[in-house]
Amino acid sequence: MEKNFLQTSIKDSIFTGLIALALFGPIVGLRTVAKNEALVVHPKWLIVTIIVVVCAVGRFLINLYEFRKEQRTGIKSGIGKSIGNFLDTKGAQIALGAIIFSVIFPFLPFTDRYWMDIAIMMLTYIMLGWGLNIVIGLAGLLDLGYVAFYAVGAYSYALFAIHFGWSFWICLPLAGIFAAMFGVLLGFPVLRLRGDYLAIVTLAFGEMIRILLLNWYELTKGPDGLTGIPRPSFFGLPFKRYPDEGVETFHTFFGLEYSPMQRIIFLYYLILVLALITNLFTIKIRRLPIGRAWEALREDEIACKSLGVNPRNTKLTAFAIGAMFGGFAGSFFATRQAFISPESFTFIESAIIVAIVVLGGMGSQTGVVLSTVFLIGLIEVFRDFESYRMIAFGGAMVLIMIFRPRGILATRKPTIILGKKG
Amino acid sequence: MEYFLQQLINGLTLGSVYGLIAIGYTMVYGIIGMINFAHGDIFMVGAFVALISFILFALTSISLPIVLLLTLLIAMFFTACYGWTVEKLAYKPLRKSFRLAPLISALGMSIVLQNYVQAAQGARIKTLQPVIQGGFNFFKDSDFVVSLSYLQIFIILVTIVLMTIFTLLITRTALGRAQRACEQDRTMTALMGINVDRTISITFIIGSSLASVAGMMFVMYYGVIDFYIGFLAGIKAFTAAVLGGIGSIPGAMLGGLLIGLIEVFWSGYISIEYKDIAAFTTLVVVLIFYPTGFLGKPDIEKV
Repeated sequence: MEKNFLQTSIKDSIFTGLIALALFGPIVGLRTVAKNEALVVHPKWLIVTIIVVVCAVGRFLINLYEFRKEQRTGIKSGIGKSIGNFLDTKGAQIALGAIIFSVIFPFLPFTDRYWMDIAIMMLTYIMLGWGLNIVIGLAGLLDLGYVAFYAVGAYSYALFAIHFGWSFWICLPLAGIFAAMFGVLLGFPVLRLRGDYLAIVTLAFGEMIRILLLNWYELTKGPDGLTGIPRPSFFGLPFKRYPDEGVETFHTFFGLEYSPMQRIIFLYYLILVLALITNLFTIKIRRLPIGRAWEALREDEIACKSLGVNPRNTKLTAFAIGAMFGGFAGSFFATRQAFISPESFTFIESAIIVAIVVLGGMGSQTGVVLSTVFLIGLIEVFRDFESYRMIAFGGAMVLIMIFRPRGILATRKPTIILGKKG
Repeated sequence: MEYFLQQLINGLTLGSVYGLIAIGYTMVYGIIGMINFAHGDIFMVGAFVALISFILFALTSISLPIVLLLTLLIAMFFTACYGWTVEKLAYKPLRKSFRLAPLISALGMSIVLQNYVQAAQGARIKTLQPVIQGGFNFFKDSDFVVSLSYLQIFIILVTIVLMTIFTLLITRTALGRAQRACEQDRTMTALMGINVDRTISITFIIGSSLASVAGMMFVMYYGVIDFYIGFLAGIKAFTAAVLGGIGSIPGAMLGGLLIGLIEVFWSGYISIEYKDIAAFTTLVVVLIFYPTGFLGKPDIEKV
């Protein structure tokens, strides 16, 4: 038995090593380098050897582990499940704690510019995740082109603000409305499609918007992007060190020293409020008839049809509302960056947002927060290794799907349940 | 007229490339009902393997036909390894999972493959000197000379030959029967003593090797590749698969040719900047009016 096991697993390891050699040999081992306008091959056999050995040994260790596990009695470790249970019972307290933490976060002693930037980025993604959660999590429509609405929001905000000089608080709702209109426009023809077809079509739409932004030079300045987008002001008080004549600024009004952090902190609270509004809206709308219709539609479309729910209109509202929040997040992005170009709205952004929603556990608002912190944190940690971080990101997507296919918080409970009588 | 003819030739060449990629999509969709999102990147890996192989063979003095054949086989073998591994790592554990899980996993795999090739081979574009040169010229007296290069003939011929071989494989052999059986009912097929896992693996191997041939043709035809080519080519090939009717192999080829023609004619007559939009619009229009494609089976919804 023992010997037999050794034999098969050594064979297995050798096979794994050979496969690894075939995989990494040509692509990693034979790096093509441009030299005198022609490509030459630089062999890198050392790395390939290391990878192959690691794969083979790794396979052997996995086999060993599986073998040991078979001999032991099967104890299932359900980390995700216990986290899920924990969050279920203590959900309200944790949410409150998290909100309090995020409110006092800018004033914590260790919080500096770097941490604030990361926090703002995470909150933007959390907001996008919550917005997309309406589409994917509640209505069950896989939208791979969500970044299109983000882009529409950002560009419409930027264009309104630059050309008409309107303030942030006027442009923000306008950008949201524009994005929602795009959502309806794009959703109308495609929402009859089944899940994975819908995914590809929305992906195509996302790319179409990007190509349009790249080529419509008169309006969007193409690849050069839009610059000089007005910064937001604190209810009319700008954040400027040297304001124009006669204009009161934030720091003079409140009698503070000028500091660039004031603007950052204001932006932080702005996105925090926007994100919380998104969350509150979702929580509330889940209990309204339309929210229930979304969830019912996600579970069984045919049953819904036979009960008189109009699938197209119901899906369309989900699409439009999701798009609207994407648009809000987009206008925040535009005002924070003061510069936007089509570069910021590539497919990879859509993939990141979808990953946040799906990995968090579709429909779970807390899951979105957890997976944003995890994924964006992962990308941040690997910041110095440009392409390795995306490998880690993609790998994390695959691994989470394999080990927890329903996401980190896999509690897909219907919002309302018919209680048992008696 | 001459211009039209030239566009037709170019379109058919491009269409052959799309058709070969589309077969991989259609076969995988047929057998396990998922969109193999990483297939476009498998195509990209194939293009890179072919590029490396061409560079290495350029150092030797082997004659051109043998180089072409060897590169074809090398690209097919190494890329098939990728297809096989991706299936084993990312899709097989999810076979019983809910509908969107494999799609997300495929998305992750696609990101991994792209960035892996970027890390291993560098982000800059790679150029290849033309491997096959020369060709025929027609209408030499008119103001527009139509050219049909040997390379285009080679691409179209190889596509036809491979298509014939694989169509025969699917329709005539035991393997093909097993595959078609798996498409219909996997549990029942397993009960009949067919190794379903192996059949699915072989499907991925076939799909990947055809994609690698497409990659080899792509690098020969355009002479320029980078790690990102798989994304657009993948979407267009998927469009081709849908257009022809997903699940149908002749449909994939037909769809590929149509998408190639649409793209080339659009860039030739309307606007080259928006050529990708042409393919995407086709996808949307087809899905709305022809959800089952030209040669696909109607999809019956059951309660």
